[in-house]
Amino acid sequence: MTDATLSAAGFEPVHVDRQVQKLTRPSLSYWQDAWRRLKANRRAFISLYIVIGLLLFTVAGPWVWTVDPSTQDLDQVSKPPGSDRRAFIAEPYQPWEGLRATVPEGPASSAPPTNVKTVGTTTTQAVRLTWDPVAGAAGYRIYRNIYRPTPGGALGLPLGDVLTPDQVSFEDRLDLEPMTYYYAVLTLDRFGQALSAPASLEVKVVRVITPAQAVERKLVATEADAKVGDTLQLALHPFGTDYLGRDLLARLMTGARVSLLIGIFAPLFYVLLGIAYGSAAGFMGGKTDSALMRFADFVVALPFLLFMILFKIAFGIGPGESGIFPMLVALVLLSWPSTARLVRGQILQIREEGYIGASRLLGARTGYLVMRHMIPNTMGVILVTLTFAIPSAIFTEAFLSFIGMGVAPPTPSWGSMCNEGIRTMLTTPHELIFPAVLISITVLAFNLLGDGLRDAFDARMRSRE
Amino acid sequence: MLRYILKRLLHGLITVWFIATATFIAMHAVPGDPLSGEKAMTPEIRRNLEAKYGLDKPVVDQYRIFLVNMAKGDFGISYTQQNREVNDIIREGFPVSATLGILAIVFAALGGVLLGALTATYRNRLPDVVIMFLVILGISVPSFVFAALGQLALVKINAWSGFTLFPVAGWGTVMHMVVPSLVLGLGTMAYLTRLMRSSMLEVTNTDYVRTARSKGLPPARIFLKHQLRNAILPVVTVLGPAIAAITTGGFVVELVFAIPGLGRYFVQAVQQLDYTVIMGTTVFYGAFLVLMVIIVDIVYGLIDPRVRLKA
Repeated sequence: MTDATLSAAGFEPVHVDRQVQKLTRPSLSYWQDAWRRLKANRRAFISLYIVIGLLLFTVAGPWVWTVDPSTQDLDQVSKPPGSDRRAFIAEPYQPWEGLRATVPEGPASSAPPTNVKTVGTTTTQAVRLTWDPVAGAAGYRIYRNIYRPTPGGALGLPLGDVLTPDQVSFEDRLDLEPMTYYYAVLTLDRFGQALSAPASLEVKVVRVITPAQAVERKLVATEADAKVGDTLQLALHPFGTDYLGRDLLARLMTGARVSLLIGIFAPLFYVLLGIAYGSAAGFMGGKTDSALMRFADFVVALPFLLFMILFKIAFGIGPGESGIFPMLVALVLLSWPSTARLVRGQILQIREEGYIGASRLLGARTGYLVMRHMIPNTMGVILVTLTFAIPSAIFTEAFLSFIGMGVAPPTPSWGSMCNEGIRTMLTTPHELIFPAVLISITVLAFNLLGDGLRDAFDARMRSRE
Repeated sequence: MLRYILKRLLHGLITVWFIATATFIAMHAVPGDPLSGEKAMTPEIRRNLEAKYGLDKPVVDQYRIFLVNMAKGDFGISYTQQNREVNDIIREGFPVSATLGILAIVFAALGGVLLGALTATYRNRLPDVVIMFLVILGISVPSFVFAALGQLALVKINAWSGFTLFPVAGWGTVMHMVVPSLVLGLGTMAYLTRLMRSSMLEVTNTDYVRTARSKGLPPARIFLKHQLRNAILPVVTVLGPAIAAITTGGFVVELVFAIPGLGRYFVQAVQQLDYTVIMGTTVFYGAFLVLMVIIVDIVYGLIDPRVRLKA
């Protein structure tokens, strides 16, 4: 054993660093932390921008694009975006007495009429046709087709019969559009039966407008500004027009108001109702709680869409009303129980937490507990519920309007626009595509945003991906 | 077990009564009455008609008669289709809707489970990314757009191939049923795929799967016996609500594909304000859904031994 030398220095207390845990970063509140996590989630953040963009489109859009959504532009009906808008200014329509010719003598011929040609310019006012008379023909029949005729194929729309053989002209003024038509002329026997094969002619029709019409449609200020022979552009419709010639962009904006109004306010109201109901049940507990929740179970069991429709009829829509309000009320009445259940569960859970007990020990009153602890702690879950409730409300509105049980025409909503668009899906698909794409983008954005919020707010609820 | 079923059935009955009452109240809150809106009629005719439909009695009596008749399974006579029983309409429309719904749910469940398992297995690889993208699309696109696109695709395919394998609309043969039920099941399938994927990922990390793997069991056996069977449970729980979603989603599909199902009759009845048909269909649908939820719960208890069905 070595001799130990003990000195006073050996009994000095060890230096203690009181600040082992140094906070090097500023502390984050719950909300700041959630915001930070949301910002890290790129998908959710892009969705947030899309949502903001949609709100701008809805709220600020009508100030930028001031076209009235109910005005009909009858020059441009069911036009897809980017269609030709040129129109030539022409004199007002002048009646035409037609052309006559002497029918050549000779044996009856079954040859088709020859030399079929147009007279003058072919405009949307009128297309004038003429042909050489055919010996032995008792009359002529004229067809118009929008497709190039094939041998033996359909001739198209029968425009009319000319029943005097010396009349060798026909004037077509039937709903002419600026496009290429294929006319067919054939001869008739005296019983009105087709005698010959058709002679066809391709005709390109140009759109014309009279100075008076140009002024009426506010394309020029006065008739003096529109000189015959000039070209002008018809009103611009960036997203095209619908089957009644209404501007699709303006309608989409107004429709967005309806869809988002229902989509945002209905969930807002029923989530509030659910919070009140659920927290009441959670706080009171016991028999009141089970009675309240039993009633909520009944409401959940109601077949949702059937009752949406039932309530809507029960409220009744008077003439000239849009039907938005009944739909809001019906949605709120039927959708609150899910939030109520959720909030009640949260309240029951939080009530048992240690910090509530501690707070109560320190003399906190119920009101303080609710405001300081319960509501902030359920807020994240509620916000997530709200974000997921919005797309489902938009879906419900679209669904009901699609089957004709939603907002009443002429109020546009995305769902009712889809309903109108689906009828002409084959010929003018843009009338269906635009509202459908908007619904899909909105629902998608809110869903992804909801995913992001859920991940940001609550680590326990985080989807395990 | 039996006690549990009996209790659930009793609770279901009360729920159906609640649905019936809510329907009755909603229909009686409608402004005007079933006979107004028709062409003008003399007071005598009106009185006779009211007597025929029992509208001359006090509301409480009407309610009692409605309940008693409903308990007997009699929903009354249609207002707009003369002398046609509501039961007749249900008997005609429901099998069609049910066939469509069952096909759709089978398709959605099979597709959802398979795709979900597939995405979980190939997590973060190409099949996962592609399928999850399609799933997000499936959740975000409304059913009527799918219905329209499905019909458009059929038109194009039939025109291109020159013969009609799947008709564009209508009902009757098996071929009529394929495309509408696919369209109807699509949204639910997307939802189930998502659910199955997260549930499958959860199961993959459990102790029993690790044990099975360390025992050296073949991967196929682990997949089928250990992972799939356990991961499927949450999917079964949501089948009840899924059936509800599919039956009502059937409205749109029936309208677009011109299928003579109950949904289309309901929409028609609402447009014509045919009160008895509306009430009958609603109560019938409600009862059907309540029954479905009960069955799903019982089945869940049967396949998951951890769940005790307590009375």
